[in-house]
Amino acid sequence: MTQTDTTTAGSGGSGATGGSGRADGLLAPVPDEDGAPFFRYAARGELRVQSCADCGEPRFPPRPCCPHCQSFDSLWTKMSGRGRIWSYVLPHPPLLPGYAAQAPYNVILVELADAPRIRLVGNLVASADAALNSVPPERLRIGAPVKAAFHETDDGLTVVRWLLERP
Amino acid sequence: MKDATAIAGIGQTPFAKRLPESEKTLACRAILAALDDAGIAPSEVDAFASYTMEDTDEVEVAKAIGAGDVTFFSKVGYGGGGSCATVAHLAAAIATGQASVGVAWRSRKRGSGPRPWTNTRVQLPTPAQWTRPYGLLRPADEIGLLARRYMHEYGATRDHFFNVALACRNRANQNPAAIMYERPLTREMYMTARWISEPLCLFDNCLETDGALACVVVSAERARDCRHRPVYVHSAAQGLPAQVHGMVNYWNDDPLTGPSWTAARRLWKTADFGPQDIDVAQIYDAFTPLILLSLEGYGFCARGEGAAFTEGGALEIGGRLPLNTGGGGLSEAYVHGFNLITEGVRQLRGTSTAQVPGATTCLVTAGEGVPTSALLLRS
Repeated sequence: MTQTDTTTAGSGGSGATGGSGRADGLLAPVPDEDGAPFFRYAARGELRVQSCADCGEPRFPPRPCCPHCQSFDSLWTKMSGRGRIWSYVLPHPPLLPGYAAQAPYNVILVELADAPRIRLVGNLVASADAALNSVPPERLRIGAPVKAAFHETDDGLTVVRWLLERP
Repeated sequence: MKDATAIAGIGQTPFAKRLPESEKTLACRAILAALDDAGIAPSEVDAFASYTMEDTDEVEVAKAIGAGDVTFFSKVGYGGGGSCATVAHLAAAIATGQASVGVAWRSRKRGSGPRPWTNTRVQLPTPAQWTRPYGLLRPADEIGLLARRYMHEYGATRDHFFNVALACRNRANQNPAAIMYERPLTREMYMTARWISEPLCLFDNCLETDGALACVVVSAERARDCRHRPVYVHSAAQGLPAQVHGMVNYWNDDPLTGPSWTAARRLWKTADFGPQDIDVAQIYDAFTPLILLSLEGYGFCARGEGAAFTEGGALEIGGRLPLNTGGGGLSEAYVHGFNLITEGVRQLRGTSTAQVPGATTCLVTAGEGVPTSALLLRS
């Protein structure tokens, strides 16, 4: 699967029109052309990362060409979905209302087991569809192993969330 | 470029949570004050530089103040990362003969104006698709994530962040223009303050402010005929590191060595002196942990030693590296770091409200975490 495949998830690059209509008040991603495949694979329950079709280097965030060998051919490589917490924060208000309602919640940065230095921002939750504050803050720890879960948002996009390997 | 140009004038409006005048009016007041400080007529101005986030454009400013024909104008991107580069662009233009009198400015109503995390219900395109939906909404959240990792790797504590907040507040307490003038900070106030984004509390965050500042850049020769002692632009650099990604610089190999490292390499390479020769520093302090990262990036200590560097009053007057002597973004005003430039000038003129005795060299830096810029100033 190459990056030039037509995508079904998300809108085009400059679209700032979507993403405001979720019933839970959270923001939906507005994927651009490069990022759309990530969300399309997530909708299938797959965590995939863009990588170079020529030299094989994974890269994030997605972009048109490889920073290592300058090739424009890319693949979306399936990851095991496992990683470790690289860091985390606990935001408190003032926040957008949908987030304030769940604050303090966690935001984590996950370093992927299969692709060191590829790190994804996400949330640690008790289950794929649970609230952003469903894991007690004292359970958060840098280095804790986590695995990907997939949550379909109110407006039909799927985001990657994270569960503790040892809940 | 080295010492070929100088800052000959500085100007500012009052700083407040809310000012009645428009950004355009505030910009004009700051610019005219800076020109008056230099003793240069507005009709002589032929160069302008500001930030891309500045809403007052050079056409409007030039018309309003009565500038003559303008032969150089420039805008620098990435928010607070642009502050020092505005001066650097003017210095380069003047040193290469493209202009003779340059004005850099920043006018901002962020104290009373909109904030994106309370007013914007619309998701932004790239790169926000990777961060904002997960609730990483504000710069404080983005820097908090780096700060937590820094604490984990190097044993930094909230006491180290407090050292930064305290040094800035102590200096603001000496500066009648500062928003936090005569409002002391204690360790107990810091440790019991409300969280903004754990591990960052209220006092780890800069002050959103209404206000404007400006400075005038001319050739070194011209500066010697101006009203005040020239403050020379000794060295300047911008820094956009490999694989940088704006505020959320999490995706390069080592997110804890940010744009300051890139800017610093070039800054020192073209200077006659090094970090050990700096008398006073004005380091961008939108959030306290940025100071620790910048102390390392600009070479005042080794990697991982930024927290320990702040101990023992090192950042206070009389300490190893007096910091943000007007109070900085944390306690004087947050106007995208431009007040750090003007305070650097005051120090080298010998007119700061928290004067470092005999200061002849000053480092000024712009926003860390975004593509940045820095200046070495000397008297």
